[in-house]
Amino acid sequence: MNRSTEVARDTSVLPGRDLTLPGSSSRPGRYYRLRNNYPTWFAGGALLLYGVFVLLPSLLGLGFSFTDWSAYSTDLHWVGLANFATILQPNSEYVGAIENTVIFTVATIILKTVIALALAVLLTSGVRRLAYLYRALIYLPALLPMVAVGIVFKSILDPDVGLLNSTLRLVGLGGLAQQWLTNVSLALWSVIGVDTWKGVGYIMVILIAGLLAIPRDYYEVAKIDGASGWQAFRYITLPLLRPVLAVTTVLNLLYALRVFDIVYVLTNGGPGYATDTVYTAIFNAFSLGQWGVATALSTVFFIVMLALGFVALRVMRRSEVAYS
Amino acid sequence: MNPLRAIRTTVNNLLASGAGLIALAPIYLVFANALKTVTEASSMSAQPPLAPQWGNFGAVIDQGNLVTAFSNSALYSFASTILAVLLAALAAYVLARRRTRRHEIIYLLLIMGIAIPTNYVTLTKVMQLTHLIDTQIGIILVYAATQIPFDVFLIYAFVDSVPRDLDEAAFIDGCSPIRAFFSIILPMLTPVLVTCGVLNILNVWNDFLTPLYLLGNSDNWPMTLSVYNFFGQYESNWAYISADVVLTILPVILIYVVAQRWIFSGLSSGAVKG
Repeated sequence: MNRSTEVARDTSVLPGRDLTLPGSSSRPGRYYRLRNNYPTWFAGGALLLYGVFVLLPSLLGLGFSFTDWSAYSTDLHWVGLANFATILQPNSEYVGAIENTVIFTVATIILKTVIALALAVLLTSGVRRLAYLYRALIYLPALLPMVAVGIVFKSILDPDVGLLNSTLRLVGLGGLAQQWLTNVSLALWSVIGVDTWKGVGYIMVILIAGLLAIPRDYYEVAKIDGASGWQAFRYITLPLLRPVLAVTTVLNLLYALRVFDIVYVLTNGGPGYATDTVYTAIFNAFSLGQWGVATALSTVFFIVMLALGFVALRVMRRSEVAYS
Repeated sequence: MNPLRAIRTTVNNLLASGAGLIALAPIYLVFANALKTVTEASSMSAQPPLAPQWGNFGAVIDQGNLVTAFSNSALYSFASTILAVLLAALAAYVLARRRTRRHEIIYLLLIMGIAIPTNYVTLTKVMQLTHLIDTQIGIILVYAATQIPFDVFLIYAFVDSVPRDLDEAAFIDGCSPIRAFFSIILPMLTPVLVTCGVLNILNVWNDFLTPLYLLGNSDNWPMTLSVYNFFGQYESNWAYISADVVLTILPVILIYVVAQRWIFSGLSSGAVKG
């Protein structure tokens, strides 16, 4: 759908019924009372709520980022870039949090996309009977509250009695048993694993819809031409799925950068700051009453997301065009 | 039957059921342990309960103050969803029908909300200034505001499929814009409104971060906050914690079973067709 050609069209203003005197005057405009049938104020309620509770805090954030706003003092002082300097100090908690968030984001995008794609292909062409049931089951975790998932996995990942380690020991792989959540170099990967378990079904469902939209004939023609299954996947499925993969990547990205609940419940950013992310760091600074720093970090994040949002919008629009 | 093909089918089915099992195992685990005695559940093992302890649920509802939390969650989910879907439908309808530069900008501004994060720190300030901090009405308004962008995005695409002749006929018959919207357009939008509604309810029910910032008073806590708090208090009592988790996820599973069709159509219409 090409929106730009429709920009100029505005047929919303139609003559009102009450004063219709067609042809009775040489200047009909004078006798028509134009009534706007699509009043813009219909959008007012949505704009008001969105403006007050989403846009206004973000704009205030731009201002408060440059102040020493905190729980300990009632007056505000302009401190220039001091908050940003605190955040960007080398080896600060915040730089680590940003690094962890990037690792988490890249890892979950790759893991979820690869696994979801494999499952989507399996459920659309490998399995016929019960495919609906499998889809429904694999999608279920994506709907559950992250807090509940985190609590359950806290028990599963318990090093002594947890289901994961006891299963590993049961099948003779006890050597692989780990301190999943307290080992500094492993904790972030455990969080990534749990998040992938939860989110993969969501991506899979979207990819299944994308796969089903590819015309069957293409595969039949390829088969007649003697293409192998892998060749069909590589030269038909992947290229035609690209717009949908772009959308799932954007969705994964926007979600992963805001990760909070699962980290907060599983490790609360620990051990040390090993799993601290942007959102847990903002919450920590907020809880400690360092509102200026918390706001500055939120503002940096806001600008990054705004930029990514514009890129995402372009990607989504392009994929719309490519698909129609 | 080609033996190679039979093997392949079997392998595929094994892989699919393996994936289903991995998805289901943690959910089974929490249901099984919710019905065990405290000692039995201490290791959160996968064994089924010896004798189901249905009393766990009663005890948890009592000690976790879950009646309040449950009604709070239900109130927040339903009230904010009705508000968001109604306001988003009104906005999406007008913005989709009038494609002037100005309306395009309003639309883009609204759907930017899908990407931009809420600044919770300054949001608490806004809530204080408006005297909405730590109130039920306050969090309902915030939830509605955060759902609106996605709802507008979904409904906007759907409005295009409702023929314009329909509203024009209504206007010629003398319908006011408001009346045309409620009696002609809104019924036509039902499928997308149900999809938005179900997804919104689930989002709000599952949300943890917003009440963490905005609600101090435990009488206002929703299920997510209350189950987390319960988890902190009863750290080693996995039977009770599991029962509490079950009560938190059960409504979600019920909604999923009933409204599966709407959930899947929302996911694919948002992503595949735009």
